[in-house]
Amino acid sequence: MFINPKVFNTLWREMEGFRHEFDRALGRNGQSYGAATPALNVWEDDAAFHLETDLPGVAADSVDVTVTEGNRVTVTGERKAAEPANAVWHRQERFAGTFTRELALPAPVDADKVEARFEHGVLKLTLPKSEAAKPRKIAIKAE
Amino acid sequence: MNNQAVAERNQEVAEAQDVGVLARPRVDVMETENEVMLLADLPGVKSGDVDVRFENGELTIHGRRFASNANKKRALTEYEPTHYHRSFRLTEDIAADRIEAELKAGVLTVRLPKAEAAKPRKIAVKG
Repeated sequence: MFINPKVFNTLWREMEGFRHEFDRALGRNGQSYGAATPALNVWEDDAAFHLETDLPGVAADSVDVTVTEGNRVTVTGERKAAEPANAVWHRQERFAGTFTRELALPAPVDADKVEARFEHGVLKLTLPKSEAAKPRKIAIKAE
Repeated sequence: MNNQAVAERNQEVAEAQDVGVLARPRVDVMETENEVMLLADLPGVKSGDVDVRFENGELTIHGRRFASNANKKRALTEYEPTHYHRSFRLTEDIAADRIEAELKAGVLTVRLPKAEAAKPRKIAVKG
């Protein structure tokens, strides 16, 4: 069966949108992903993509960010479990272990200029678009 | 998206910031001889935006996460501005005046020391 990729992409986006609506309605707020695949938010402006992902309690040195094929961003790392001495556990809901999340951005980025920082347990990446991907205003010559 | 559409979207974001979705933060609860310790994941919450209360043996956590990048176009949204809310009833006798809470790297740590009367005591047996 032949599926027009454009139609497929549109359908896929709608399905994803529906799933997010559903999650929101249930108050799961992205947590359905489980912390092994942390939730992502991405914003865009003319110059860059701004990606944020929830990594509470993760040390900066236990996270790796890589950009491959020009537009694929991968965030991997590990969160250690709390290990208090002589403690009895009553609840253990917080994720411990390795996590990974990968995302293909809609345009290539300049991998050398990616900036990453942690703020309140949120990893924030600024990924400048490569020169070729930036919008350009074309001057129209008068007759 | 044209400028007007972006402005409308941002207006929606601003409204959502006021409302926010309600989420139950994930927690770890541990107990040692001297205290009960609770860890809660509150990513994106600043220390000024979290409220920890202990009343009648009930611990309540409320944190607010506000929208970021309000002036930029959203490309992918998996989480929203959030009200993190959860409460617990503690059966142990807690020394309420010595409860400590700290928010660091998006993780809230609450230490609830047990009241002296509730601590285990080793009783020397005479004989």
